[in-house]
Amino acid sequence: MNAFYQFQFYFFSLLAIASALLFVTRRNAVPAALWLVNVMFALAGLYVMLDAPFVGTIQILVYAGAIMVTFVFVVMLLNLGKAEISDIRSLGARLGSGMVGLALLANLLLALRTRIDVPEFSPATENVIEPLAAALFTEYLVAFELTSLVLLVAVIGAVVLAKRRVTS
Amino acid sequence: MITEALIVSAILFIIGVVGVLTRRNAIILFMCAELMLNAVNLSFIAFSRLHGVTGHVFVIMVMAVAAAEAALGLAIVIAIYRHFGTVDLSNLRTLRG
Repeated sequence: MNAFYQFQFYFFSLLAIASALLFVTRRNAVPAALWLVNVMFALAGLYVMLDAPFVGTIQILVYAGAIMVTFVFVVMLLNLGKAEISDIRSLGARLGSGMVGLALLANLLLALRTRIDVPEFSPATENVIEPLAAALFTEYLVAFELTSLVLLVAVIGAVVLAKRRVTS
Repeated sequence: MITEALIVSAILFIIGVVGVLTRRNAIILFMCAELMLNAVNLSFIAFSRLHGVTGHVFVIMVMAVAAAEAALGLAIVIAIYRHFGTVDLSNLRTLRG
């Protein structure tokens, strides 16, 4: 494991965590969405470093490109860009959720006490897209086809829900 | 680097959980859910270094479901805004009696 790889890995990790903290503390929805896009770019970098360049590309295209643009578009449509009153809950609720978060984090980190050792790998020579396609179109073909059904139902449902006029 | 990736994934997931618990804006809540899905995706990718390419398949499925969830969730937010004139969840107390 060379030092450059390690430096890049920690850089993207810290970028993701710092952006996530900034995302969750922004009061307005638009800066929050932009910081979340930053988290997704950092995660795409981590995916590429973990031998998943195809998933990293899909991450940027689908998450940062499509899903977050939809979020920003809805914020713009509903004119929620500037929040006059803060939507962050009271101090008691914040302390309680902070305790819940710390307990969960301790729980997850306790599960990671054993270090997982992986053999060294060479990202440049390894082809990962071909085995992915083979798995996706043979072993998981039914799940892959059902995904198209899920998307169809979501599209129809979104149109039905958003088009309805309120009659009152 | 798998352990480091799993720790980053755990921290991101906790930030998403705390966000869901502390915010009241419905759109920000949806974004926190997306953050949690992303954290789980990072775990999948890290473990697929150990167990082969199956983790990548799961991540692609999760992304498709997340796209569907975002489309439906935002449609519901638009319907709620038309009906109540707000997306602040503390104002939606019809079921509270």
